Amino acid sequence: MKQRFILPLGIFLILLVFLGVGLRLKPQEIPSPFVGKAAPAFTLTQLEDAQKSFSPKDMQGQVWLLNVWASWCAPCRLELPALAALKQQSGVPIVGLNYTDKRESGNKWLKQHGNPYQLSVFDGDGHVGIDYGVYGVPETFVIDQQGRIRLKFAGPVTPEVIKDVLLPLIQELKRG
Amino acid sequence: MAESPARLLAKVLRWALGAALSVWLCGAQAAQVAPAVATAQTDQTAPAMSATQTAPATPDPALEKRVQQLAEELRCLVCQNQTIADSQAPLAVELKKQVYEQLARGQSNQDVIDFMVQRYGDFVRYRPPVKASTWLLWFGPFLLLALGLLALLLKLRQKPAAPAETLTAAELAHAAALLAGQSLPGESAPAVSIPSTA
Repeated sequence: MKQRFILPLGIFLILLVFLGVGLRLKPQEIPSPFVGKAAPAFTLTQLEDAQKSFSPKDMQGQVWLLNVWASWCAPCRLELPALAALKQQSGVPIVGLNYTDKRESGNKWLKQHGNPYQLSVFDGDGHVGIDYGVYGVPETFVIDQQGRIRLKFAGPVTPEVIKDVLLPLIQELKRG
Repeated sequence: MAESPARLLAKVLRWALGAALSVWLCGAQAAQVAPAVATAQTDQTAPAMSATQTAPATPDPALEKRVQQLAEELRCLVCQNQTIADSQAPLAVELKKQVYEQLARGQSNQDVIDFMVQRYGDFVRYRPPVKASTWLLWFGPFLLLALGLLALLLKLRQKPAAPAETLTAAELAHAAALLAGQSLPGESAPAVSIPSTA
């Protein structure tokens, strides 16, 4: 009698494993193919001052964050306090990438809501964003001293994310 | 009543064929809906694309066809169940522009796909590539179907099953008496009399 139940039970357990694994998968979160690779090069004008430009190689030698934001993006506003806290806790500079926005709107937004960025670059047509594989706003890239992308985080940065993901990685990278 | 193994097998094969057909049709339909919608939109998108380009002012139908075909192979990262041909998301429109500009510059279809995969990973290809990491995705359903059929065939080969129990002589006599409508000593007459089969 017992033998008859083993096969359905076995199939059920196998299905349980598949369901358990499947429910944990998050296919909407696309992993960045750049993790471990050099951050794509670019030269863009700065948002606050169109006469000045910025390029990732300017940050060579230090750990830094690239945060993609836009004035039309509501979650970007929500993550501003967390970004300011992160800058304070880690001492790491954050460079903003103003993605598919207008200069006036971007500058106004920063004045209105606060500016945690060391500087922001203006990516009006979004081409640099595409080069970085940006598919939504906000997104945050952690880049190491050699200019390699070590982490891409999609979505607004929260204190939990800072504590569990960003700070440990930054500290590890700073240790060398 | 027990069916003969042959009839049972025929029933199962018909069911399996129906199941396989419906799976194939669902997949084919999903793939067909996208191009059907896209071709309906071509007339609206073609002039819009040339208007926003700084590239050649005269629309090139062969180029536009190539762009459309390629756009149907690339996934929109925002509306992830659509191709960039169907999606109206700003990113999809921008990516389609990129495809157009690159093809106009003389890049090949493979160059454009490589460009997209380099930035967004394999997920940007609407049809997953057949690589070692996607073999289970592509062949898994057929594998499961084969395993199921195998299990079924093995089960069918095991028949005929022996009867659960054999009756003793006394029980056989009791059964015959009941069928004949007679009552046994010690029991009252059966309420329903069954006509004996002559």
